[in-house]
Amino acid sequence: MLILTCPYCGVAGEETEFHAGGEAHLKRFGPGSSDDDFDAYMFARKNPKGVHFERWRHVFGCGKWFHAARDTATLQVFGTYPAQVSGPPQDILDRIAAATSAHAAK
Amino acid sequence: MRDAVTALHGATFIGRVTVADGGLRGMVTLRGDLAAPAMAAAAQVIGLTIPAQRRVVMADDRAAIWMSPDEVLILVPHAQAEATAAALTQALTGIHHLAVNVSDARAVLRLTGSEAALRETLAKLAPVDMDLFGMGEVRRTRLGQVACAFWMVDSSTVELICFRSVARYVFDLLAVTASDGGAVGHFG
Repeated sequence: MLILTCPYCGVAGEETEFHAGGEAHLKRFGPGSSDDDFDAYMFARKNPKGVHFERWRHVFGCGKWFHAARDTATLQVFGTYPAQVSGPPQDILDRIAAATSAHAAK
Repeated sequence: MRDAVTALHGATFIGRVTVADGGLRGMVTLRGDLAAPAMAAAAQVIGLTIPAQRRVVMADDRAAIWMSPDEVLILVPHAQAEATAAALTQALTGIHHLAVNVSDARAVLRLTGSEAALRETLAKLAPVDMDLFGMGEVRRTRLGQVACAFWMVDSSTVELICFRSVARYVFDLLAVTASDGGAVGHFG
């Protein structure tokens, strides 16, 4: 069970209150792009065992989309951040780096 | 216009908690930049203030509920909904906003009983830590399978809104949960 904090309403809600929206930070390739670019944008998705950036929607709450960074293997949530960014903020990256190095040190 | 009726037709269930149809309520959805001074002024026109994040503001027979960072739900007596929407629209002329009478969209349920029983009933159905849920707070969440929002009017009353089409489901769900013999006693 994931506990995600909605960055818009500040609620630390459990997973069933949210809806997963797939991989985050995709770059859209639309009309005019090459077939390869469009194919990769349309169909290719990361499926890592480890750190993953995802889109989530607070579907039973404020209804807003946001981003979450979590580990798909340990289910550790590194943090959530608003949707209006094209990449994860530095504090999230720092937390991931700290968690990964702590893990490697064990 | 035909006479409006509630989805629950005045249904009441009496158990550890009394679950009752909350009756007709005027509801106006107000969207826009909630931090804008014009929004605060508009709220004042209808005798309310803009609630802070996840808070409810209550004044006499009306209330303002924080729904999301750009949405507030205004509760007024049913007959005043149209006038309230019009007053808000007028007060916000020239400002990007939306004020619409949505009284028919949702149903209101009223839960009364001891605070412990109220907290327990909600805790059984919603993924919310009811130990921490306070007065003046509003929580939009999941109740069983559907979306709802609830807040405490006082220590013995909870008001809950859900979409009208699922009002019966919510009523039955609450009634089963609050039946005699189902006490857990976690909240004393």
